[in-house]
Amino acid sequence: MRRQIAVWGPPVDLAQSPEEEEFRARLREWLAKVLPTLPPRPSPDDWPGRRAYDLGWQRTLYDAGYAGLHWPVDAGGQGATPTQHLIFLEETERAGAPYVGANFVGLLHAGPTIAAEGTPEQRARWLPPVLRGEEVWCQGFSEPDAGSDLASLRTRACRDGDDYVVTGSKIWTSHAEVADWCELLVRTDQRAPRHRGITWLALPMDAPGVTVRPLRTLAGSAEFAEVFLDEVRVPATHRVGEENDGWRVTMVTLSFERGTAFVGEVVACRRVLGELARTARENGRWDDPALRRRLGRLNAEFRALWRLTQWNVSEAEAGGGVPGVGGSVFKLRYSQARQRLYDAAADVLGPDCLDLDRPWTLDRLSSLSYTIAAGTSQIQRNIVAERILGLPKGR
Amino acid sequence: MRFRLTEDQRALREGVRQLLARRFGREALRAAVAAPGLDRALWRELGAAGFFALRLPEADGGVGLGLPETVLAFEEAGRVLLPGPLVATHLAAASVPGAATGETVVAAADGRLVEWLTEADVVRGEVAGAVPLRSVDPLTPLHRTAAAGPTDPVAVLLTAAEQLGTATRVCELAVQHARTREQFGQPIGAFQAVKHLCAEMLVRAETARAAVYAAAVTAQPADIATARLLADEAAQLGTRDCLQVHGGMGFTWESEVHLHLKRSWVRAQRGGANTESEELLAADLVG
Ligand SMILES: Cc1cc2nc3c(=O)[nH]c(=O)nc-3n(C[C@H](O)[C@H](O)[C@H](O)COP(=O)(O)OP(=O)(O)OC[C@H]3O[C@@H](n4cnc5c(N)ncnc54)[C@H](O)[C@@H]3O)c2cc1C
Repeated sequence: MRRQIAVWGPPVDLAQSPEEEEFRARLREWLAKVLPTLPPRPSPDDWPGRRAYDLGWQRTLYDAGYAGLHWPVDAGGQGATPTQHLIFLEETERAGAPYVGANFVGLLHAGPTIAAEGTPEQRARWLPPVLRGEEVWCQGFSEPDAGSDLASLRTRACRDGDDYVVTGSKIWTSHAEVADWCELLVRTDQRAPRHRGITWLALPMDAPGVTVRPLRTLAGSAEFAEVFLDEVRVPATHRVGEENDGWRVTMVTLSFERGTAFVGEVVACRRVLGELARTARENGRWDDPALRRRLGRLNAEFRALWRLTQWNVSEAEAGGGVPGVGGSVFKLRYSQARQRLYDAAADVLGPDCLDLDRPWTLDRLSSLSYTIAAGTSQIQRNIVAERILGLPKGR
Repeated sequence: MRFRLTEDQRALREGVRQLLARRFGREALRAAVAAPGLDRALWRELGAAGFFALRLPEADGGVGLGLPETVLAFEEAGRVLLPGPLVATHLAAASVPGAATGETVVAAADGRLVEWLTEADVVRGEVAGAVPLRSVDPLTPLHRTAAAGPTDPVAVLLTAAEQLGTATRVCELAVQHARTREQFGQPIGAFQAVKHLCAEMLVRAETARAAVYAAAVTAQPADIATARLLADEAAQLGTRDCLQVHGGMGFTWESEVHLHLKRSWVRAQRGGANTESEELLAADLVG
């Protein structure tokens, strides 16, 4: 131990650098100015209204130079560091700014995929409208018979001249009703090993043969849909990456979804926890030590999740900006914590937890999707066990 | 923001790990269980290496480092179940002569317990009338005190670091066993039920790690309470799951698993009850 003191280097630092602090200050100032000018939020069932609202916010970000913060500069992004991106997500949530909403797939998945794997023409065609808030993307991966086992997907695409002809169906497609484009995974080689016969296509949602049928979630609203594809013609120029290389193309950016997608939500959960405690003080539940300690433990949980986020972001920053498998560790813990938070909310509210006019009631219901969407908890545990711990694959 | 270990911190951790592997490996652990008692020679060696003087200024003969580095050293100590009043002696480095060098062994009352009371040269805190317990942990002699004493937040943090070491170690032990032990014609680690136990052990340990390292940087009471709750959980549930993965072997005196389990129980009693940390964090929500 003693011998090492001579080479002591820069310490661990949880504080932000002066540049980072300046970035935060400018952002705060801008948010304070712009948020009061936003139109009122549309109701959850007003899909055209939601689309317009989410795109409008994206346009506002674009005009102020905050669009595609974490995207590389040559893709039209700002090339911000992961820490700046973290600050952005933290501050926008704190200030109560709109969520990424309908822009999610465009900004967090399809966009980065095109940026990483697309040709110059493809990048020029698809990336600017995402950044400017002009086009909405959805993600057509899951199928009725291919959920966790995504590689077993069966939607077929056959080459016919300059087009692919696509037939099959997708399910659980979020925002399908309002999307302009769908990042679609299709099978182009029936005989190749499962992962090697898949291709990534950009499907225009208004193409003839595309039918969208909304599905109602347990919360009562239509957040996702079934998408039926009947001999839909997709130009071969809409293929990103090589034919049959779609699995790799997709996986390059799938980890983005798990890396920073939940940063704002952790901030939001901490705010909700504070509101819960204040509500408990008002309604007398706070006098119950068991309830207080439960909230105290949740405070520990979300504080730790925030630290884990900072840790992962610092690791990503050192590792060239690529979110690692740490995302699976985070997602497992966070999705469970979020469900516990809203269960505690029910305990604070008592009978009112059954009232759908209480916001926490709907939030409690939607928290149940967190252990399913974007890879179920069981699948995440498989990933952690096999890819991080090196345990053998099951049969 | 730069929330990751520096090269130097990694080197320090590696240095401590090597020292402990050399001086307190598996065989030494077994020997210690067979013949309990404080190894004074090892204690002085730790002192010479700077373990107790890590946070003393260099001008006073210390190593001149901070809490983040100290936490790494204690995590390593926790990993190998290094016995002795490590926290108490470390905290006494500045005030009790000989503590920093490992010449003097210092014990301290913590809550209603004192570890290593009779082996210590100096005992801090109110211990008059302390009565011995038949300690559940073969490597930690315990006395119960009449009155509950105050607890030092740094002691709580260093304990959390030791718990983190245990949580990490038992995850490794479980994974090693799951890869090699075969049943039904395959390594048991290929069964999801086993795999998922291991994955959860890692998730708890890594979440606790972020909390413990952050608390070492900020030294804020709420961060320390967070670290403590997460690390206690990771260590206590982790040792249990590790035992489960080992099957009947995990229930034996021979296996090292029970030593981790029992030590995690001892450490969980330090720094006041868990409920105090929970109350602190509840108050933090409305403060
Ligand atoms: C709110 C929401 C939004 C979504 N949005 C989209 C979207 O926009 N685009 C899209 O493509 N998809 C989307 N999905 C689909 C999501 O990715 C799938 O639901 C998910 O991958 C699980 O697939 P599944 O529903 O078919 O369940 P299944 O795969 O049938 O799983 C059922 C159960 O079996 C378990 N299981 C399955 N395989 C294993 C295994 N190997 N080991 C252990 N347990 C296993 C699962 O963990 C789960 O508990 C969304 C889902 C939700 C809930």
